[in-house]
Amino acid sequence: MDQAVIDTQLLQGNHACALGAIAAGCRFFAGYPITPSSEIAERMAKELPRVDGVFVQMEDEIASMGAVIGAATGGVKSMTATSGPGFSLKQENLGYAAATEIPCVVINVMRGGPSTGMPTRPSQGDVMQARWGTHGDHPIIALTPDSVQEIYEQTARAFNLSERYRVPVVVLFDEVIGHLTESVQLIPREELTSVERKPASGPAKDYLPYAVDDDQVPAMARPGEGYRVHTTGLTHAESGYPTQDPATVERVTRRLLHKLDAHAENIELVEMIDCDDAEILIVAYGITARAARAALKRARERDIKAGLFRPVTLWPFPEQSLLDACARTETVLVPEMNAGQLCLEVERICGRNATVARLNRIDGEPISPGDIAERLGELHGSSRR
Amino acid sequence: MDQAVVENPAVKAPFDIRDYLRLELMPHFMCPGCGHGIALRSLLWAVHELDIRKDDLAVVSGIGCSGRTAAYIDATTMHVTHGRPLAFATGLKLARPDLTVLVITGDGDCLSIGGNHLIHACRRNLDITCMMLNNEVYGMTGGQVSPTTRIDRFTTTTPNGNQEPSFDACKLAEAAGASLVGREITLQTPALKNLLKEAIAHKGFSFVEVMSDCTEIYGRKNELGNSAEMVLSQKASTRSEGYGNAVDQPFRPNALETGVLARSERPEYGDVWRRHVDQLQGKGA
Repeated sequence: MDQAVIDTQLLQGNHACALGAIAAGCRFFAGYPITPSSEIAERMAKELPRVDGVFVQMEDEIASMGAVIGAATGGVKSMTATSGPGFSLKQENLGYAAATEIPCVVINVMRGGPSTGMPTRPSQGDVMQARWGTHGDHPIIALTPDSVQEIYEQTARAFNLSERYRVPVVVLFDEVIGHLTESVQLIPREELTSVERKPASGPAKDYLPYAVDDDQVPAMARPGEGYRVHTTGLTHAESGYPTQDPATVERVTRRLLHKLDAHAENIELVEMIDCDDAEILIVAYGITARAARAALKRARERDIKAGLFRPVTLWPFPEQSLLDACARTETVLVPEMNAGQLCLEVERICGRNATVARLNRIDGEPISPGDIAERLGELHGSSRR
Repeated sequence: MDQAVVENPAVKAPFDIRDYLRLELMPHFMCPGCGHGIALRSLLWAVHELDIRKDDLAVVSGIGCSGRTAAYIDATTMHVTHGRPLAFATGLKLARPDLTVLVITGDGDCLSIGGNHLIHACRRNLDITCMMLNNEVYGMTGGQVSPTTRIDRFTTTTPNGNQEPSFDACKLAEAAGASLVGREITLQTPALKNLLKEAIAHKGFSFVEVMSDCTEIYGRKNELGNSAEMVLSQKASTRSEGYGNAVDQPFRPNALETGVLARSERPEYGDVWRRHVDQLQGKGA
């Protein structure tokens, strides 16, 4: 009997990230060593030469982000990987990529912070930095996988979103799943959807590098093909040249900030478990969502009607989906390995319908199913009184 | 009926800078008397003489007056973040070895905020030419002290005269491993063109310091005279490559040398990487 060949491998999260990137067509990696993400660079250093790609360890985090954008401008799918302190340093050039609409992928394996913090301990402290880390209003996509399988899939998806919408995509996961080893089903090459950026077309003299059609995403020229484009971090008109004309600045900046709006359906990814009749809705992501899933099971066994809303796409936040999910609930619980970050967004969205409760750990330990189950019990008890 | 235009490859069109500029961006924004335009002209003249197609040329620049010059070049141009053009250029050149990658930077961009990128670009020896326009000052931000400002010079952040020692960028680049290092002044335009030509043709990382003049801000503040006077004083403070050979005892032993100052034949990193990949894949020897 023929059997479909499914390549299943026992992989560490960080290695699955590297393989997901290669599968998506990533052929350039520039990085700088940092715990707990270094295994991604190490695996890329091993894999890229096999597929005619380039690996380079740069002199610092800033340079690696610069090199990634340089390579991406050259037409090659590119990525870097880092953790908290390094992610802070990436922000400068991450803003450049957002402003110039150069596709690239940044992996951030979150560790305890602030500052050097706890390099080997997990955290979810960079959730807001992923959204607002670089200065000025800008578009960004952030994805938060919760398993090694999902790291593989979401890293590959990050490339596709980045290419399609010409936006930097951050893949955020924590040290726990970065270093967790699980079995992963690798997607066969022929089944992979690999998205390429929309290429510039038509006569060079008529080409405007930042002009858009209905999809709001400009076509991108590849150097050497007759379109000699100027790319600048200065606010630029459709021509690519700097401008300070208020009407033009208003137009191009609004287009940049809202270009993802029309594509929310494709960008948004949410997992919902038992949300339909939930009286208490847990909003959790990353490793915390796995604890929530276990806690949910225990709660249901004790007749506590709990549900789980898990945003895989963290930014732009799946606002409408959460509004719908929390419409019938009295209480929303946001467990996070930080002092309370995503709960602010949840309070903004659900605060009028429901009480938003928090559960935070900032001691470098992951939140356990027991922690969440206990909190669910408390919330259930208080709502019954 | 279309008729193919037959060009005689033996007859090379004379250099006309307008063939290499984005004329729609004129007038440019450089101050009267600024040396950066002469450096830009010399660079494009070198590109012309080397027969590099504009489609195959990528110029990366940082922030500052030097950084703004790249936009005027009719090629693929990237005006990136402050101090980072060498990092961007490294990624671009590794990903696209078919492109000629040039970097235009300034003394602040290259030696201060970008110092780390400079020394590692020199060490790596990727085939990139870095032209550093040294006008001894942060001109764009209004005239603050830079890592090449001379002792006692006045700037807006050294109102009583600069007391910090300055860098010799060429010595720094040579020590860090740049495989071709040179310096020239804007007055010697053909010599500057030839130096840049040699640098671009050189296989490996080349570093060219162009002594430029900031007449409007630095010159005015230090009473260095008009542009012509500033350029002539540069001439008096330098000694060309050939001069040392012609005269046993140079008259100005402390003068800065110009021309090619250092050259070494080190393996170019892009080639090294590609050979490494071929070997890993079992291709080639």
